[in-house]
Amino acid sequence: MPAVSMTVNGRAVHREVEGRTMLVDFLREQLGLTGTHVGCDTTQCGACVVHVNGLAIKSCTMLALQCDSALVTTIEGLAPPGTPLHPMQAAFRQHHALQCGYCTSGMVMMALDIVRRLGEPDEATIREELKGNICRCTGYHNIVKAIAAGAAAMVASHA
Amino acid sequence: MGQSSHLSLHGPTAADHGGIGRPITRLEDERLLRGGGCYVSDLIASSKPLRVKVLRSPHAHARIRAIDVAAARRLPGVVELLTADDLKNIGELPCDWVAPGMDVVPLQPVLARDRVRYVGEPVAAVAAETAHAADDALAGITVAYERMPAVVDQEAAIKEGAPRLHDAVPSNIAFRFRRAGGNVARAFAQADVVIRRRFINNRVTAAPLEGRAVLSDFDARVGRLTHHTSSQLPHAHARSLGECLGLPLHKLRLVAPDIGGGFGAKLGFYAEDVVCAVLSMRTGRSCAWAEGRGESFLATTHGRDQIQYVELAARRDGRMIGLRARLVTDIGAYALGMGPGVPAINTGLSVTGLYRIANVETEVIGVYTNRTPTGPYRGAGHPEASFLIERLVDDLARELALDPAELRRRNFVPSSAMPYRLPTGLTLDSGDYAANMETALTLAGYAELRQRQTQLRKEGRYFGIGLATISESSGVGPSMAMGAVGFRRAGHESARVVVHADGRATVFCGTQSTGQGHATSLAQIAASVLGIALDDIEVVEGDTLAVPFGTGTFNSRSMAIGGSAVYEAARKVMEKAKKIAAYKLQRRPRDLIYKNGVFRITAHAGASTSIAHLGKKVGEKVIRAVFKWRSGLELPVTRRDTEVVTFADIARAAHLGQDLPLGMAPGLEASHFFDPTDMLFDYGTHVAVVEVDPETGHIALLRHVMVDDCGRIINPLLVEGQAHGGAAQGIGQALMEAMVHGDGGEPLVRSYSEYAMPHATDLPSFETGHMEIPTKLNPLGVRGVGEGATIGATPAVVNAVLDALAPLGVTEVPIPMTPMQVWRAVERARHGLATADMDRSHRDLSAVGKAMQPQK
Repeated sequence: MPAVSMTVNGRAVHREVEGRTMLVDFLREQLGLTGTHVGCDTTQCGACVVHVNGLAIKSCTMLALQCDSALVTTIEGLAPPGTPLHPMQAAFRQHHALQCGYCTSGMVMMALDIVRRLGEPDEATIREELKGNICRCTGYHNIVKAIAAGAAAMVASHA
Repeated sequence: MGQSSHLSLHGPTAADHGGIGRPITRLEDERLLRGGGCYVSDLIASSKPLRVKVLRSPHAHARIRAIDVAAARRLPGVVELLTADDLKNIGELPCDWVAPGMDVVPLQPVLARDRVRYVGEPVAAVAAETAHAADDALAGITVAYERMPAVVDQEAAIKEGAPRLHDAVPSNIAFRFRRAGGNVARAFAQADVVIRRRFINNRVTAAPLEGRAVLSDFDARVGRLTHHTSSQLPHAHARSLGECLGLPLHKLRLVAPDIGGGFGAKLGFYAEDVVCAVLSMRTGRSCAWAEGRGESFLATTHGRDQIQYVELAARRDGRMIGLRARLVTDIGAYALGMGPGVPAINTGLSVTGLYRIANVETEVIGVYTNRTPTGPYRGAGHPEASFLIERLVDDLARELALDPAELRRRNFVPSSAMPYRLPTGLTLDSGDYAANMETALTLAGYAELRQRQTQLRKEGRYFGIGLATISESSGVGPSMAMGAVGFRRAGHESARVVVHADGRATVFCGTQSTGQGHATSLAQIAASVLGIALDDIEVVEGDTLAVPFGTGTFNSRSMAIGGSAVYEAARKVMEKAKKIAAYKLQRRPRDLIYKNGVFRITAHAGASTSIAHLGKKVGEKVIRAVFKWRSGLELPVTRRDTEVVTFADIARAAHLGQDLPLGMAPGLEASHFFDPTDMLFDYGTHVAVVEVDPETGHIALLRHVMVDDCGRIINPLLVEGQAHGGAAQGIGQALMEAMVHGDGGEPLVRSYSEYAMPHATDLPSFETGHMEIPTKLNPLGVRGVGEGATIGATPAVVNAVLDALAPLGVTEVPIPMTPMQVWRAVERARHGLATADMDRSHRDLSAVGKAMQPQK
């Protein structure tokens, strides 16, 4: 079996994987990082969004082998255990932006990507930017509010 | 962003109930936000079970001539294979809500035996060392099918000569359930106006983000099965699994951990649960299956799917006097789970909505077709009922040139008439429908919206305002009445409140959160009674070992029934705690006050209260003397001169059993079964505002306003969340969602790219308001909230679109109102063609009636 090396949430990992192993399965089954979820396996729902080399990608559609020597960040990497929630996570909690929680890690990782690219976008832009993420519980209302609030908090903390 | 208004009309305010009524951010969120959720698929990923895959029928209807698994068995990593031949002692998948009078109930086998009846029906299963190996093995199984003609439309299925699904069911008719009240013939004879329509309430699916998943582990040494599954009904599903396997329930632990959405789809009991359990028993290994999204669209129940023939009789002043409804409902290939009961009872009995229509006749005809079985989907029969009556009310308003709000005003059951028995037999418990609608109209700015519409129409723009006023029977009960409607489940819910030695508490409840936030809301209820901090309470659900009794989460019942059980159990705990406190403080229980976890003696408690304890003091002295005489040891003297005692002190005493009133058993815990005396009704009003582009058929949903009455609110944040998410699903059915099959029964929807669900750009920010009129049917005064918004949103949006297009002569656009459907209707109207084919629908109504004369 081929081998792959990458840095996940700051930790260097090296594993042998079957060539057809998707990044999401690698993260979940080999590394035990089960915060990233699979909602569709056809790149529509966004539950599997993680960051690879700083960019949001859908990990159900990327082979683990494609991430050789990459820097990967998952939901578990945002706020290490024992530290406060990341401002975007805190905003999701504050605004009741999650119900079942299954799409949530993908939403948060996407939200960070939105903020990285656009700073503090308006409501319409946030909605447009979420076109690759599906939530079946919240009707998006509180997710949009949380992303706006999280973006404001992040921008303020960097100001 | 949406605004929110709050209106409390009756009863004590929420603040009177401590933890109840506060917008607490959820206790479970931090864990979920850090990626610490524990869904079944996470348990699978972090253990090394055999991976199970299921081979499914590619045909809608076929005979199975032979299944050859020999080649698959030889593939690397394959451990075990199953076909129907291996399941001779295994029961079929149960149907636990049959329609009344349904004597033949064709059940789905776990794996198809000699015939398949829908695309996606399980035919064989494989367990392998890895998911990839299991996938490879599926490709190695050969099935020889002989295709049979399929029928995929419920009206085609009941026609003479249609292919028959089940030999014991002539004409594919599963059931015909009739209810009538009043004198319908006379009402129609007296009518000034009769509106006749044929509506299609299309087939949709719940599509929760988490598909179904199972992890089953049989321990042969002790004969115990531990079964993790994504279920909304852990206890009912444990019973079903035990019956299928012939496994006694004390040897079966069913666990539903975090569930990634349910919406009704996880109420069914499915083949994969049995398959994984059997494979685990045969292999001695834990066996796991996780649904792929493509499988989910085939093999998890769909919802709705009714063809509705309806006739409404009214007087010229707008009073509705009679309603006839004949509903032809597709229950799919088998009677599965709650499938048949949902349309028969929930739609059949609810067709009059919240209006006073004295003369009603409904008939629900359940039909088998070669499609995935249908089951409850958020609202479960109520959306279909609300859809038909809300459409009719708007059509009647147009016919009489009355404002649709005014027409509703003239027909609501007034609060003074409640409890009000509907002609179909249900009883509207309480509420104020007119006040609810007025609140919504005010929030929406209805009068200004109508003015704006007039203005925009002059400019040639198609601006529409849609209303829906809806109710839902929720919190099904009492248990004793369930048999009368064919429901093989309870109406009660159980709760157990256990106080630990340090004064912290665990709340066990038979409900099952699939995202509703019970870990927070049930804790708030317990905290309000126990007077301790929310962080000192943990809620446990979804484990039949920890919670032996339970009914589950559906029918918007969790707070009304489960919450009431928690409330009463906590009250029992407090009664005992108060007795211990009184003993410790040497006062009568009624002379104590309890606040923030501390009992104190009330200021006015006089000397007489101490006298009441004189006898007990004597008794204590006797005990001390006897104890010393027998053992030679001294019992410690407890100080009795304190003024306060904390809940934690009491908890410690109850656990140690060392300083309790004479004769009191140790321990501080209580159970309660709450069984409602009747069903309660939540209700609400939706106002949708749209603009339609007739050239492209595009609908812009500009605003969506809703005001509900879910009785006393436990947590406003969570109530808002239920309203938003519920509305999104209702809007989805109105505008885009559809499960579509080809003529041969081949599913045309197998992924999220083919099943259009609302994305963030499809929805506006919601505008919400709430009324809190408590019901008298439970001690909390709580009504349901989980489904109302789904029920209201679909007809409100549909009515808004038809209102927008009325100047063009469009009277019907089938749902989902996709741009193509809208454009077609506009084009037909522009060419002078009717958009609702009345003649045809009326002919069909009599044809349906002729084919099926009443049976008795």
